[in-house]
Amino acid sequence: MKTILGREIPDYIKGYGHVRPFQGAFSDVGVKTRTAVRLTSVIPNDQKVLPSLEDALDKLNINDGMTISFHHHLRNGDYVLNKVMERLAARGVKDLTVAASSIFPIHAPLVEHIESGVVTGLVTNYISGPVAEAVSKGKLKKPAIMQTHGGRARAIESGELHIDVAFLAAPTADTYGNVNGVYGDAACGSLGYAVADAEYADKTIAITDHLVPYPAYPIEINQVFIDYIVKIDSIGDPKGIVSGTTRITKDPVALIIAKRATEVIKASGLVREGMSFQTGAGGTSLAVAAELKKIMQHEGVVGSFASGGITGYLVEMLEEGLFRSLFDVQCFDLKAIESYRDNPTHQFMSASMYGNPHTKGAVVNNLDIIILGATEIDTDFNVNVTTGSNGVIMGGSGGHSDTAAGSKLAIVVTNLMKARLPIIKDKVITVTTPGESIDVVVTERGIAVNPKRADLLEKLKMTKLPLMTIEELKLLAEKITGVPKAVATSEKIVAVIEYRDGSVIDVVREVDSVS
Amino acid sequence: MEKLRRTMLFMPGNNPGMLQDAAILGADSIILDLEDAVSLTEKDSARILVREAIRTIDYSQVEVVVRVNPLDTEFGPQDVDVIARVKPDTLLIPKANEEEIKLVDKLLDKIEKEEGYPPGSIKIIALIETALGLENVYNVIEASRRTVGVLLGGEDLTADLGIERTKEGEEIFYARNKVATVCRALKVDAIDTPFTDTNDYEGLEKDTAKAKGLGLTGKSAINPRQIETIHSVFAPTEDELKRALRILDAMEEAEKEGKGCCSLDGKMIDAPVINRAACTVDQGIRLGLISGEGGAR
Repeated sequence: MKTILGREIPDYIKGYGHVRPFQGAFSDVGVKTRTAVRLTSVIPNDQKVLPSLEDALDKLNINDGMTISFHHHLRNGDYVLNKVMERLAARGVKDLTVAASSIFPIHAPLVEHIESGVVTGLVTNYISGPVAEAVSKGKLKKPAIMQTHGGRARAIESGELHIDVAFLAAPTADTYGNVNGVYGDAACGSLGYAVADAEYADKTIAITDHLVPYPAYPIEINQVFIDYIVKIDSIGDPKGIVSGTTRITKDPVALIIAKRATEVIKASGLVREGMSFQTGAGGTSLAVAAELKKIMQHEGVVGSFASGGITGYLVEMLEEGLFRSLFDVQCFDLKAIESYRDNPTHQFMSASMYGNPHTKGAVVNNLDIIILGATEIDTDFNVNVTTGSNGVIMGGSGGHSDTAAGSKLAIVVTNLMKARLPIIKDKVITVTTPGESIDVVVTERGIAVNPKRADLLEKLKMTKLPLMTIEELKLLAEKITGVPKAVATSEKIVAVIEYRDGSVIDVVREVDSVS
Repeated sequence: MEKLRRTMLFMPGNNPGMLQDAAILGADSIILDLEDAVSLTEKDSARILVREAIRTIDYSQVEVVVRVNPLDTEFGPQDVDVIARVKPDTLLIPKANEEEIKLVDKLLDKIEKEEGYPPGSIKIIALIETALGLENVYNVIEASRRTVGVLLGGEDLTADLGIERTKEGEEIFYARNKVATVCRALKVDAIDTPFTDTNDYEGLEKDTAKAKGLGLTGKSAINPRQIETIHSVFAPTEDELKRALRILDAMEEAEKEGKGCCSLDGKMIDAPVINRAACTVDQGIRLGLISGEGGAR
C-alpha cells in the first residue's frame, strides 16, 4: 500500500494494527466525535491527597498492558517519568505503553524498562537521546508511535489513544487538585501539553513538590479532572526545565539564512497590521524574529499574535507593542514564565487549541508565518525532522506538521550542508511533514519556492533574492559534498509516523548499525 | 567595471568549514590567511587546504586574496609558488616593502609563464605594517604594476612604532592619511586596518567613518558580522546619490547651453564638485543602488 506521497507502507503493522495511509493534509475532515470519559466521582470530604507515590500506585491499580501518560513541560529536567517507572518496574508490572508527549535524554532509564519488557509501547511526539537510539535499534517490542502535538491531542480526545492513568507533573498543586505551572521550584509556565491527558485519562494524578492550601491560583488544570495528589521531594531540575537565556545565534551563515528568510516574509506581503508569527527557540529561529522585529518597527506594524513555545525574545516583542497577544503552549525560559504568569495578554493555549485538526478551529489556522527547521528536505519539499541523515531517530514533528499545515507561509530555514552532508535529497529518509504544507526553503546559498506557490514565486522574483529550483539547490550542495550513499535499513519497522489526522505518513525502519 | 573592495574579510586558511562558506558571507573580497591565523605546525596543511579550496569551491562572487607568509621566512616563497598556480585573484604580501613586492612580482611572472596564465593577471595588495613600509609606501606600490591596493595593518605598525594601539585610533591618524593620499595619487585602493572588537558595532561604525573621512576606500574585517556595518558606511546615502545625480544633470544642461560652469541651489559647481559627484554615482551604480548607462535613474 502506498501513501499519496508514494511511500510504501504495509496494510497492517504488527503491534500497531491496521494502517490508514496518508492521503493529503486535509483529506480527513468533517464530522468528528470526541470520546466519552469514564471517571470516578467523589463526595464531599473525600480526601485526594495521598501520603506517598506508593500509596497512589496502590490505589491506581496499574496492571500489565495499560497505557500511562506524561507531559514534557519539565523537558530535560523531568524527574517524574523516571520515578514513576522505577516504582512500577519494582512492582513487576509489564507490557506498559508510555504515552509521553516528548522524551528527552534524562529519560535514559526508560531504556532498561524497554529491555526488561516493563515498557513495550511508546506514543510520543518527539524523542531525543538514548531512548531514541534504543527505539532505532529495534529494542521496543511494538513500533513507537510518533505523533504531532495537535495530533496527540486529537488522538486522546477521539479515544484513539486511551490513557488509563495520567501522571501529571505539577509545579504547583492544591489539596483538591487545582494545578498551575507558574509557581514552585520546578515552575515551567504553561501546561498546554498536559490538558488532554488530564481531561481524558481514566485516572489523573497530580505529582507535585509544591503543595499549597486550597485554592491554588492561578488554575491551569482544574480540580474536576484530578483524582489524586501526591507530594514528592522534587519533580524536576530547574536547570533542565529552562535555559536561563535564549540567545540569538552569532553564526554568520545562520544569520544570512535568517536575513534571507525575513526578506522572503517581507516580499510575501505578510508584514502587515494584524500579522501573526511563530518560530522556535533555536538560534536561527530567534535571529529571524530579530530581523522581523526590525522590519515591523520600520513599517510601524502591530501584529495580532505570536504563538507556540514562547521565548523571552517573543515576550520582548509583546512588551514593545509589536504583537497584541501571545498564545503559549509551553514556556522556554524564565522570562516567558514570568510574563505568562503576570501579563494577561500572554495567553494560555492547550495542545488541542494549538494544533488539533479535528476541532472547530486550531490556532495554527490563524497563523500567517511559521519558521521551521529540517534535518532533510526532498525535491518534493517533504521534510524530515524525525530521523538524522543516518536513519536514527533524533526528534519528531512536535508542532512542525501542525503549523506547516495551518499557516499561510511555511518557511524552512536550514544550512544547505550540515557536517559535510547535503540537506536536500531526492527522497528524505523519513517524511515528517508533507511537501504540500511547505512553501519555501531558505538556505545560505539559495532559496527554493514550492512550485505550488506560483503566487509567492512571482512576488519573490521582484526582489534580488537568489531564487533557484529545489533541484538546482540540491545540485549546488552535491557539487561540494558529493552524493551520499543511501542508508541501509532492514525491513523491521521501529516507529510509525502518524500525521496530525492519525493517518500514517511514513514508518521508520531499523537501521543496520547505530553508531 | 572594476570590483569594489569595501570589505576584505580575513578567514583562517586552516578551517575547512570557513573556507567552504567564505564566498557567501557578503564581503567584496575574502583574504584566506596563511600567516597569523595559522600556527607554525600547520603552515603546510593550511597551504594545501587553501590551494584545494580555490580549486574546488565556487568563489566567483568574490575577490579571492591569499595572505602568504612573509617572504623572508621559509614559508613565504613556498606559499607563493603553491597558491599562485591555482590562480587566486590577488596575493596579500605582509610586511611589504619594495624588495618583497619586486620578489613576488618576479615569482609571479615565472609562474604565470609556466602555467600559461596571462602575464600580470595575478594582482598584489601590499600590507603596510612597518614604519619603513609606511614611509616608503609610494615606492612599494610602484614596485609592481600588479599592485592594486594597500592594506594598512594597524596592530603591527603600532607595535613597530612602539606605541599603544587604542580603540579611538588617533595613533594611526598619520598612517591612514599617508596611505590614503598615496593610494589616491597612484589610483589604487586604500584598505583600512580591521576593528578588533567584534561585538562593538557602534565603535566599528565610528572607526569606519573615520577611515572613510580620511580617504580610505575600504576596510578589512575579521568577523563576517562586521561586513554589513562597514558596507553601510561606504555606501553613498540616498541623499548623497540624489544630489550627485542633480549635479551631473545640471552640468549636462550647462554643457548643452555652451556654458563653462553652472550653479545648483545657488552654489557654484566646479570641476572638483563634478568629479566627486561622478565618483558617488559610479559607486551607486556599482552597488546596484541606481542603474547605469541607459537605465532609469
